[in-house]
Amino acid sequence: MSAVPVSPPEKTSGVMAKIIGVPSAGPLLVLLAFGLIFAITNPRFLATHNLSIILQQTVIIGTLAIGQTLVILTAGIDLAVGAICVLGTIIAGKLVTSGYDPALSMAFSVLVCTAAGFAAGGLISGLRLPPFIVTLGILGILTAALRLISAGGAFPVRDEFLGWTGNTLRLGGFIVTYGVLLMFVLYALVWYLLNETKWGRHVYAIGNSPEAARLVGIPVRRHLLSVYLLAGFIYGIGAWLALGRIPNADPNALQTANLDSITAVVIGGTSLFGGRGGLIGTLIGALIVGVLRNGLTLAGIDPLWQDLVTGILVIVAVALDQLSRRKG
Amino acid sequence: MKTPAPLQPIPSDSAGIVLEARNVVKRYGHMTALDGVDFELRAGEILAVVGDNGAGKSTLIKALTGAVHPDGGEILLDGEPVHFKGPLDARHRGIETVYQDLAVAPALDIASNLFLGRELRRPGIMGSVFRRLDKKRMRQEAERSMAELKFRLPSITNAVEALSGGQRQGVAVARAALFARKLVIMDEPTAALGVRETGQVLELIRAIRDRGLPVVLISHNMPNVFELADRIHIMRLGRRAAVVSPKTHSMGDVVAIMTGATRVEEARDPGV
Amino acid sequence: MTTIKLLKSASFGLAACAVSFAFTGQASAEDVIVGLVTKTEVNPFFVKMRQAAEAQAKEKGAKLIARAGKFDGDNEGQVAAIEDLISAGAKGILLTPNNSSGMLNIIKKARDAGVLVIALDTATDPADAVDATFATDNFEAGVQQGAYARKALGDKTPIVAMLDGTPGGTVDTFRHDGYLKGFGIAEGDPAIAGAAITNGAQDKGQIGMENLLSKNGDINAVYTINEPAAAGAYAALKSFGKEADVMLTSIDGGCAGVRDVKDGKIAATVMQFPYKMAAMGVDAVVEYAATGKKPSGFVNTGSFLITDKPVDGIESKDTAWGLKNCWGD
Repeated sequence: MSAVPVSPPEKTSGVMAKIIGVPSAGPLLVLLAFGLIFAITNPRFLATHNLSIILQQTVIIGTLAIGQTLVILTAGIDLAVGAICVLGTIIAGKLVTSGYDPALSMAFSVLVCTAAGFAAGGLISGLRLPPFIVTLGILGILTAALRLISAGGAFPVRDEFLGWTGNTLRLGGFIVTYGVLLMFVLYALVWYLLNETKWGRHVYAIGNSPEAARLVGIPVRRHLLSVYLLAGFIYGIGAWLALGRIPNADPNALQTANLDSITAVVIGGTSLFGGRGGLIGTLIGALIVGVLRNGLTLAGIDPLWQDLVTGILVIVAVALDQLSRRKG
Repeated sequence: MKTPAPLQPIPSDSAGIVLEARNVVKRYGHMTALDGVDFELRAGEILAVVGDNGAGKSTLIKALTGAVHPDGGEILLDGEPVHFKGPLDARHRGIETVYQDLAVAPALDIASNLFLGRELRRPGIMGSVFRRLDKKRMRQEAERSMAELKFRLPSITNAVEALSGGQRQGVAVARAALFARKLVIMDEPTAALGVRETGQVLELIRAIRDRGLPVVLISHNMPNVFELADRIHIMRLGRRAAVVSPKTHSMGDVVAIMTGATRVEEARDPGV
Repeated sequence: MTTIKLLKSASFGLAACAVSFAFTGQASAEDVIVGLVTKTEVNPFFVKMRQAAEAQAKEKGAKLIARAGKFDGDNEGQVAAIEDLISAGAKGILLTPNNSSGMLNIIKKARDAGVLVIALDTATDPADAVDATFATDNFEAGVQQGAYARKALGDKTPIVAMLDGTPGGTVDTFRHDGYLKGFGIAEGDPAIAGAAITNGAQDKGQIGMENLLSKNGDINAVYTINEPAAAGAYAALKSFGKEADVMLTSIDGGCAGVRDVKDGKIAATVMQFPYKMAAMGVDAVVEYAATGKKPSGFVNTGSFLITDKPVDGIESKDTAWGLKNCWGD
């Protein structure tokens, strides 16, 4: 699953060893455990309609978390995810309401998001500034810029194309939106990049040890730039998905997307220190958060419990990562 | 009394010289790091480069691997003058370097580390269009290479961080051996290792030579140098003070030449 | 490695246990489920609304499931909440929309699924997107504030400072415009010395007021979006030594705000009634579940001017009444 196939020690054997050997096994077990608890307490939980809703609710954070995973794998962090995504929704919305072609408007706004990622990557790799500071700065700049562009207010975006990702289709009794499919396509593509290509290998190598990467001749700075660039592009697609979820461009939206996406990545087992983890874990991490929120509501429990449990999971995940790194 | 080595070891067969430096000069401002140094690496040998701190060892190595550009003199690879634009250029010409600090990515497995930066892609459209890695072939090649070097590892799919320090350095050495076409340069490869682990790495270095690749070994560790080297190049004050053979000279001789206690012309046995 | 991974699975299991502990007092199948989706969990206004809804649901034998956005503007959080509530089988959903246009799709989905949707406190745009709206007429509340301020100023030439909430917010716009209407001036009138954004928070209210006073020291009337902003403005006025000369008014009717009126810090505030909205909402859902009858249109839950310095021709209640009927603590 991860790009780091670690063969289990010879002592353990059989199926259990195989399961334990897969890095995203822990998060997956958690997801299944929660699923089981919720299914028992409320049969509505497993209704295809409800499962489909959980997927739809995961679309925005799940997609933004792809970019966040890439950045964290290089031992960086991206605090501007939400702001860049909102930038995309507002630019696309503004252009379409001004009468431009919807597809071109969306393409342009994805381009702007990519450029924002490029700017972040340029500052980080070119000037060697810490990612935390650079993306915090971009977050501040964009938050102000968004209010200025949108004159402070949210506005509805009523356009067939911009809202297309919210349309549903039926897949064998299961209703999904095009947005959900698009998210899965993105996961598959980026998973392939990370695990099956040189580019992905080098992302891991840089996150592991930038010095070693440099010594073997990997152009570390250029590679970092490409990571932030791709992340920006993904946030742009995220903007399209967000418009499908809520046909509204709101400068106040997605304020917690940075922390929510980091949460998904960390619960999914990717190390904040870089170089370890993977995309499947992130998808599972995002789903865990969604399942908790939905399941608790269905059970009639105060969803503040979701924040509490998520908080526990984050700390457990980071502690385990720290532990395994110290041992290794 | 041993006979001091001649200042110019007879280049008996110039076709047998793989890498050569002639009268190379490098200055940093007012400081002269290399003051017309000569250097010769012969085919199939382990050449140790020793010298006190500041004698110009590392500048010499940097000049030979393209990390610094000399201000004067020339460098020849297989008899051809070369001007390395950078370390990558030197590597493209078949010179591999192993560094003291372990240049490995700990979380990646052994095969991935061996091929880091030089990954193999699948044949056909999967490789050319879809840029897909050929993990299987990389694993096989890695295993073959490790077997050739008689370097025993638990499994090629183990993460490097699960290995001991010596095994990790072994991975870095094996990587150099796998890709070097002309020679391998080792910059203090055992500095960070314990005694037993050092032994493993020394074995590897010998295995590389026995496969026909000449090795340049920079080391502070005299016993290691004397155990491995076919010849010893001694740096002093930015020049080559002497090239001696461990068979004819003792450690004391070498240290004396290094420190200037013995001038090469009148070397005497200081008694160790 | 293995032990760590086993440990990993085990600790994640622990977290799962924490969830199962949370399962106490869950809904039985027969209960009518009423969903409440507020803007945030932190604003005392919504806390009061939630408490009132819970109390009312208990009395009516219904089950209340409350959800909230994480911050002002968390449309996605509110959409997800509504989706979950539909899944949970809610009969009706009481919603204080973060953004009047952002929720339209999901509201339609809910209503198509046979769920009664009532907007509380904030109307949607268009207003008939929901079945009914139970809310303060914020424009009217603004008018009450503005009219009082103008009357109380007497003969003085008005110089007004506007301490707005979050520009573009629906409630914000209504209150702002209502104040100007009640005051008898139009947007852009030279009597308006300036405006500041407070996000309805005390610290930003103070900063905004300080800056406006630096700009124009002769300000003698201050509009505030809510009482925390007014409290901030008061602190600024006091530091400028102007607290006695300025007609500071507000809207909300939180108990802290009413106390400020009693203490003379705020001249008057317009009280609204979140518990009334919530209780009426729960009643409507329970009735809908029983009879299928839906409420419709805009139902004004009322607003009262609270002041101890009444002026002629403007209806008001004193702070003693205010403290009995205020919300929060």
